[in-house]
Amino acid sequence: MQRSNVDITNLQIGFGGLKVLENLNLHVDASEFLVLLGPSGCGKSTLLNAIAGLIDVKGGEIRIGDRDVTWAEPKDRGIAMVFQSYALYPRMSVRKNLSFGLKVARTPQDEIDSRVGEAAKMLRLTELLDRRPSELSGGQRQRVAIGRALVRHAGVYLFDEPLSNLDAQLRAELRVEIKRLHARLGATMIYVTHDQIEALTLADRIAVMQGGVIQQLDTPKKIYREPANRFVASFVGSPAMNFIRGRIARDGGLAFIAGDARFDLNGYAFRTPPSDAPAVLGIRPEHIEVIGSDHPSAVPARVEMVEPMGADALIWCRLADGTAFSFRSDADAQARAGDTLALRFPAEAFSLFDDQSGQRL
Amino acid sequence: MSATALSSGRPRRISPARWGLYAFILITALYFLLPLYVMIVTSLKPMAEIRQGNLLALPASPSLAAWVKAWTSACTGLTCEGIRIGFFNSLRILVPSVVISILVGSLTGYALSLWRVRGANILFGAMMVVAFIPYQVFIYPLVRVFSFTGLGQSLATIVTIHTIFGLPTMTLLFRNYFTSLPVELFKAARIDGAGFYQIYARIMMPMATPMIVVAVILQTTGIWNDFILGLVFAGRDNLPMTVQLNNIVNSTQGERAYNVDMAATLLTALLPLVVYFGSGRWFVRGIAAGAVKG
Repeated sequence: MQRSNVDITNLQIGFGGLKVLENLNLHVDASEFLVLLGPSGCGKSTLLNAIAGLIDVKGGEIRIGDRDVTWAEPKDRGIAMVFQSYALYPRMSVRKNLSFGLKVARTPQDEIDSRVGEAAKMLRLTELLDRRPSELSGGQRQRVAIGRALVRHAGVYLFDEPLSNLDAQLRAELRVEIKRLHARLGATMIYVTHDQIEALTLADRIAVMQGGVIQQLDTPKKIYREPANRFVASFVGSPAMNFIRGRIARDGGLAFIAGDARFDLNGYAFRTPPSDAPAVLGIRPEHIEVIGSDHPSAVPARVEMVEPMGADALIWCRLADGTAFSFRSDADAQARAGDTLALRFPAEAFSLFDDQSGQRL
Repeated sequence: MSATALSSGRPRRISPARWGLYAFILITALYFLLPLYVMIVTSLKPMAEIRQGNLLALPASPSLAAWVKAWTSACTGLTCEGIRIGFFNSLRILVPSVVISILVGSLTGYALSLWRVRGANILFGAMMVVAFIPYQVFIYPLVRVFSFTGLGQSLATIVTIHTIFGLPTMTLLFRNYFTSLPVELFKAARIDGAGFYQIYARIMMPMATPMIVVAVILQTTGIWNDFILGLVFAGRDNLPMTVQLNNIVNSTQGERAYNVDMAATLLTALLPLVVYFGSGRWFVRGIAAGAVKG
């Protein structure tokens, strides 16, 4: 199987006067699993459709497998695509759905049979080959749609929110199946989703998009640990990252001040030299811990509500200045609404953002 | 609808409003069925019995003689070969007209369904209005056009005319259905390498079965019932059944053969009746499918 890399340079896409993507650059390695993550309307599906050749671009270049395909027909780009709504041909059996593209390309019948058989086996569709799409469940339909992409033996597989129409359990199952498929085929895959869990579990690298711009392109770990700006920080992670407004102060040791609360910044890796300025402190709920109230860096907070989540519990608190935040504690936590806790906010786990630009400091 | 909404739970007794409803339905049904009944019994009576004037009486000795005469030997102008000539003429006009108008209409509808620009709905609204302009307005210009092109009056002319006049309705019918389908289906087929016509023939048309049924019914009844276009454009050798029927009914000399007239009329109405009774279920389903999705 051929595995293509994808190179996008200065891509511009617009509808009428509306600019959707402007000067977008993206490189995807062969065999890489890249996820385009973002809220609806961020341009991620537009980008995918442009790679597929389903919408016209205004400028820039798209190369797949080192071949310029900016103006090539979708069928000539060496791609295959899976859609959110499955888009199966309703009047054809599963077998015909899988083989339609190969038939159109006049592939010899024995080759068609072997490819269809192989894909059906891989996706456990062999029993379903003679059924119509209307006789299949949602999960089965999406497996057929994936199968229809696989038989094309494409250099790049494109997924446009393939799991969004499925219920939670099926989504988790199929997510594992897609990951297994990628490990087994080693194919290049570009996957669009607005679900950050899908992105974190599947991706080699994630491109977080907003407003037609790639906000951060990095490994899931980096995206999660070191978000490049406030948008990435708030979009990735569930329960969401806490944000505390305040200012950076350098008198008497580097610290972040929010009202009466003082957060020690010793151990935070600044990207730019720190200055006294308003800033936003971000910290994920799992990084805050309860400590003894006599600890020098303890910050007091009042418990407002406890949300048991099964494996653990989410405890909602307020700082003295009224800022609400949550932290994760084990399920047996004794905290009750109204209690006052002493908490530790470890500086290594902070993400500090500029108050104005929202960029990471 | 409102009666169902008003009564909660299962209605035990039939309310006065219900009786009124049933009475209305019954009267309406009788109103429309009575002429049909009179036609049928009259067509089965000999002239002697008709002359007695008992319009509603059942025939004393039913006979199909008038039907046979209407079919084989009634005079349609100068020839006396019955209305069957007209029947076969109509059939020869009908089949190609229906097939061609649906083929062309579905193709244009498919093409327009892909053309999603601003103001498209206004344009299609305008097309709908055009479909309601009375045919009479077009007849003189079209006669001039066809005599200029040398086609004159012929089978090809009348088929072309029916195709043209069917086009707005057929196009809109199919366009509205095709726009209701998910765009991703079309995208998937493009990635699979299918071209414009391949997608039309192998994916879109097989899905459009309910629309095709509706289109066949609309076009069949419309074209079969047409009188004026057939009279003007078909030419003397291809006059459709409706024109022949008019000739039979209006050109009798001496005593008017009511039984033959009735039989000939019923024969002419037979095909639309069969289409309606045979496909009513499909018709409703197709219209509903279009309405819900479109």
